[in-house]
Amino acid sequence: MQCSLKVLVPALVLIAPVALAQSQRAFPNVGQPLSQQEVQAFDRMIGPEGKELPAGRGTVKEGEAIFAKRCEICHGKGGENGLTHHLVAGQPGKPFKGPFYGVEKDGPSYFPYPTIAWDYINRAMPASNPGSLKTNEVYALVAYLYYRNGIIKETEVMDQTTLPKVVMPNKDGFVPAKPVYPPDPTKPSWY
Amino acid sequence: MNSNNSDRRQFLKNAAVGLAGGAAGLAVGQGWSAKGQTVASAAPVTGVPSDSIGLQGHVHNEPPRRGARYSIDHLTHYTPLQDYMGIITPAPLHFVQQHSSEFPEIDASQHRLTIHGMVDRPLSFSMDDLKRLPSVSRVHFVECHGNSSPAIHAPGAGNPNMGMPVQYIHGMASCSEWSGVPFSVLLNEAGIRKQGTWLVLEGGDQGKFSHTLPTAKALDDCFVAYGQNGEPLRREQGYPIRALVPGWEGPHNVKYLKHIKVVDEPYNTWNESMNHSVSRPDLGGKARWYHFQWATKSVITRPSGGMEMRKGYNQITGLAWSGAGRITKVDISTDGGKTWKEAKIQGPVHSKAHTRFTYDWAWNGEEAMLMSRATDETGDVQPSLAELTQHWGMQASDWKKKERPRAIHMNAIQPWHIARDGSITDAMFA
Repeated sequence: MQCSLKVLVPALVLIAPVALAQSQRAFPNVGQPLSQQEVQAFDRMIGPEGKELPAGRGTVKEGEAIFAKRCEICHGKGGENGLTHHLVAGQPGKPFKGPFYGVEKDGPSYFPYPTIAWDYINRAMPASNPGSLKTNEVYALVAYLYYRNGIIKETEVMDQTTLPKVVMPNKDGFVPAKPVYPPDPTKPSWY
Repeated sequence: MNSNNSDRRQFLKNAAVGLAGGAAGLAVGQGWSAKGQTVASAAPVTGVPSDSIGLQGHVHNEPPRRGARYSIDHLTHYTPLQDYMGIITPAPLHFVQQHSSEFPEIDASQHRLTIHGMVDRPLSFSMDDLKRLPSVSRVHFVECHGNSSPAIHAPGAGNPNMGMPVQYIHGMASCSEWSGVPFSVLLNEAGIRKQGTWLVLEGGDQGKFSHTLPTAKALDDCFVAYGQNGEPLRREQGYPIRALVPGWEGPHNVKYLKHIKVVDEPYNTWNESMNHSVSRPDLGGKARWYHFQWATKSVITRPSGGMEMRKGYNQITGLAWSGAGRITKVDISTDGGKTWKEAKIQGPVHSKAHTRFTYDWAWNGEEAMLMSRATDETGDVQPSLAELTQHWGMQASDWKKKERPRAIHMNAIQPWHIARDGSITDAMFA
């Protein structure tokens, strides 16, 4: 008896947390399980650290040509004075805070993370055919836009290693610096 | 066409404001339309034949109508808060803020909601699957984070139709009975892991509208809605499914919901970083983001801007709401905030829902300033504009600038000025 308990107790301690983490389904047979491959086929969402960025690369020069072909029609030549969303804003390499007064403008100089433009272009652009850009084209477009905003040099190449390391000029431009939940209870709800 | 013209005449008369032709606001890639001349009223985009919508059969063929604002990548419809009763916004009058140029056509039989990321069992649900699961049905408001923005108030803010009826100032808020499956049920089925403290919701629309949501909030009271006011969601409201995040700013309520990715940090998507943050003077020009919850708010919808007052008894009525819970009190001032008296709460009162209030009043023909001030069950009191001005580090004179502050998350007390001739105007920045 003593001997079996000595074996059993540590075994239970080891097993219990694992069993608890594996919560039970309340409604088995409702919904289809997805394999890892199936998830990979549709999951394009990229987080702020760029952990999910796919392999690929693009240059400023390549980006310029793609922009003229795919983006200029809405965003204007070089990303300026287009029908929508001015993509060059503020002073080169300087944070663009976005105005409290007046009309909304935006552009990569406003983003806190270098991955945001990549993720959005990859999933939602061009508006006429979202998701149709190839991975290398997205890297090239981001390189071009960051160059146009003075964030990177003309010679810099964007890939899954270099892109997350780009220092965005407005990275410290948001309050709270990192979103937290629940929010600060000492502030009024309309803070 | 005739009814449109008559609507327009009525609008001109009611609003008593010049409207230099229907195309006055049109510029390249952007346009505004007057009440009754909207994209929506001409041809409601709902996915069902227009003659099957009951509202089309209203007396005098003059149903309450939404106003519209549209641009190359944006479409907004404003709820006519002044034209309906009770607390429920009829589905075809619910406001719309569409961040792409069209509503997607989704075949519900093919639509799948996936839950993946930090879960033990990635899952895909069909519409049939979702309807098999336990459901909830709750009355909640949904409100755009930019509703009531100072950029909207008063003529001269870029739109000749703006600044008059309450619809165009506060009409990006509506309230419905929403039905669907709680996030808690879905996340439990997928076996959410402890480190999965945030969710990223992604829509199946052209712009792949995406938003981060804390898992704690999702488990608390959020649900995946497939019904609105007894009918399937309308196409403009996210058909076949949308997220319903009670009491929080509109963008959380992702329409055409397609993917829920469980992650361990906020994903700061384009939609969140760009449109839903605004630089503020009190923060040294830094942008406030992730407000999450709407604060306590109210507005008198009748009498309100553009209407005409007549002497004698006039019931004052309006809507109050809070993202934190139930409305417990609404105070009314008819003298611009010098004195306050408690209004009646009409009921029903739901948590995080529009709440109707009424107040008996007789107008004596003298100049008056009507205001409402709501309090919620947490004791949060709706702030005055002066309080917000101070809070945002601004001067009162800043509101007079030609380029108006783009303040979002605006919940200041709304004053309506009644002149001796009975005309009523928006006095927020007067």
